[in-house]
Amino acid sequence: MSTYQVPTMAEMAANSQTPEVLFWVGCAGSFDERYKAVTQAFVKILNKVGVSFAVLGPEEACTGDPARRAGNEFLFQMQAVANIQVMNAYEVKKVVTACPHCFNTIKNEYPALGGNYEVIHHSEFLQQLINEGKVTLQGGGEFKGKKITFHDSCYLGRANGVYEAPREVIKALDVELVEMKRCRTKGLCCGAGGAQMFKEPEPGKKDINIERTEEALATGASTIAVGCPFCLTMMTDGVKNKNREADVQVVDLAELLAKNMGI
Amino acid sequence: MSILPQLAFVLILGVAGFILAKRIQFLRRNILLGKAETRNDQPENRWKAMLLVALGQQKMFKRLVPAFLHALIYVGFLVINLEVLEFVLDGLLGTHRLFAPVLGGLYTVAINVFELLAVAVLVSCVAFLVRRNVMKVERFTKPELKGWAALDANLILVIEIILMFAILTMNATDQILADRGDAHYLVLGPLFFSSFLQPFFEGLSTPALVAIERFAWWFHIAGILAFAVYVTYSKHLHIFLAFPNTWYSNLKPKGEMVNMPEVTQEVNMMLGIPTEVPTEAPAEIGRFGAKDINDLSWVNVLNAYSCTECGRCTSECPANLTGKKLSPRKIMMDVRDRAEEVGKSLNAGGPGLADGKSLLGDYISKEEINACTSCNACVEACPINIDPLSIILQMRRYVAMEESGTPAQWNSMFQNMETSFSPWKFSPSDRFNWSEKVKEEEMK
Repeated sequence: MSTYQVPTMAEMAANSQTPEVLFWVGCAGSFDERYKAVTQAFVKILNKVGVSFAVLGPEEACTGDPARRAGNEFLFQMQAVANIQVMNAYEVKKVVTACPHCFNTIKNEYPALGGNYEVIHHSEFLQQLINEGKVTLQGGGEFKGKKITFHDSCYLGRANGVYEAPREVIKALDVELVEMKRCRTKGLCCGAGGAQMFKEPEPGKKDINIERTEEALATGASTIAVGCPFCLTMMTDGVKNKNREADVQVVDLAELLAKNMGI
Repeated sequence: MSILPQLAFVLILGVAGFILAKRIQFLRRNILLGKAETRNDQPENRWKAMLLVALGQQKMFKRLVPAFLHALIYVGFLVINLEVLEFVLDGLLGTHRLFAPVLGGLYTVAINVFELLAVAVLVSCVAFLVRRNVMKVERFTKPELKGWAALDANLILVIEIILMFAILTMNATDQILADRGDAHYLVLGPLFFSSFLQPFFEGLSTPALVAIERFAWWFHIAGILAFAVYVTYSKHLHIFLAFPNTWYSNLKPKGEMVNMPEVTQEVNMMLGIPTEVPTEAPAEIGRFGAKDINDLSWVNVLNAYSCTECGRCTSECPANLTGKKLSPRKIMMDVRDRAEEVGKSLNAGGPGLADGKSLLGDYISKEEINACTSCNACVEACPINIDPLSIILQMRRYVAMEESGTPAQWNSMFQNMETSFSPWKFSPSDRFNWSEKVKEEEMK
């Protein structure tokens, strides 16, 4: 038996190899203690399915999204132009990422700065793998027959119109998908977008993630599925705030699928 | 027959036309206080957006009850305006019901349809008054909707109710007079709705009825013209501006922020990337981001004038829902109020934009723009594709790049990104550490 592989673009280039797809890990995927598990789950799926992929590893830097949303265009472009130089040097054609913010920025905002790639979110990538029959679903497992609700992230849904791919992934898992009152185009933000992740909220009567968590809990779901590192943090904090972490878990789509695949 | 009524009519029409032309000039100039921006790409998609969203009311139907009531008023407005054509011709030519002999039996059918719509408009307006003032639907009770905004909304509904009553009164008295054999009045087929009003008038003398009928006629046509002028001062401008506003919709993915090419050159120089140095002297460099309306695009200002203050944006804004100061509707109202202020000042020979005030600071506070999660719920919710987020993000750029006035925690995030290429303070050399564990795991 071999171990899981995580090749870098540099290693591949040294061997004159070009992967089919660059997995853009993102800062949360690299550094956030909880969210690293999502990165690992996704990498395991890529290994298991035999996708030719690589990561940038230490050569990756923040896309600049939070700087841009906080108004610092100069810093955003410094990050973006540097990243584009690296990706163009490796002749990257296709990018997959689990972070909707990275997804939106690389897909929609890098072209104006000379970075043109096919960019897809991991929910779409996973759906394609399932549709193509490349993923062997084991069925059953810890989520079988359980109620799962999906929290739409703004930068995947409204920002880019991806609503069904994550739901298709969940539906493939022999579980009961239940919708929150506000879903799809009406989905309520977790409260972290627009660089809010990096500061305390403005004064108000409630935190947004609490409002959203209450809505998720009202569905009776035992699992809240997300497709975004910021949403994962915000919803996890919300569940803790409601003292429900014993019976309700917040997980990423990649983790759901990896568990079902038994990896 | 005296030619006096015709002269009076021409005079009224002329005065209304003159005032309207002046008002349209004023609005156009104010909208163009915004920066030039070309949005003429993909004309076929722009026409499609206009047909579906403005003409077809597509996005209204996310909320069925108000959508249905609104559709009745909207169809009533469109169709009853056909009758206004006859009003204007009758007024100019001194005729009465000019189209009746031409259309024959169809005319009675048409008038019955107009009456049906008039009643539908009336009922809808009453329902809307109840929603605003009795049920107090939450989005109509927000702080920005106090004072003039609330009065404006109620006035529009009351005026429409009165105008519809005028039509019905006119038809009711008209037909009583026709039945009494007055040569000036034509007997039409039965008019269903106005016949219910006839009992109130049947006891009156013929001269009194003529007076009421004429009053209702004049009141209706003069009322419509006065209303058209009023609309240019009101949130009700959406009945016209919804069309250009949807044509100039943002057709790009909602998540995409507009690039600032004026920054790119400097960034390339910093990173040692060879760039073409422009041979011409750079055009006057404006501000980074937006502090006042002239820093915004003219489309942003058009958005503001098109806003009818329905508050669907605010009712779906996560910041507003959780008690923060931000209200996307208020952002749009502020842009319009500021454009009006500058426009009036310019008309009076005043300082205009240089009056020592600005949109950001005097109308919109940093606390409001800092509360935005850029989630696009407001943009999605707007029935006519107004984009409050674009304005908020342009103002954030001004605060960050011209004032260095972003919240301290954002400044720390900027610092982290500058030094370790991540919004968090981690060493860049640790970025790939996550792979160590998984690389040791046996593949199952």
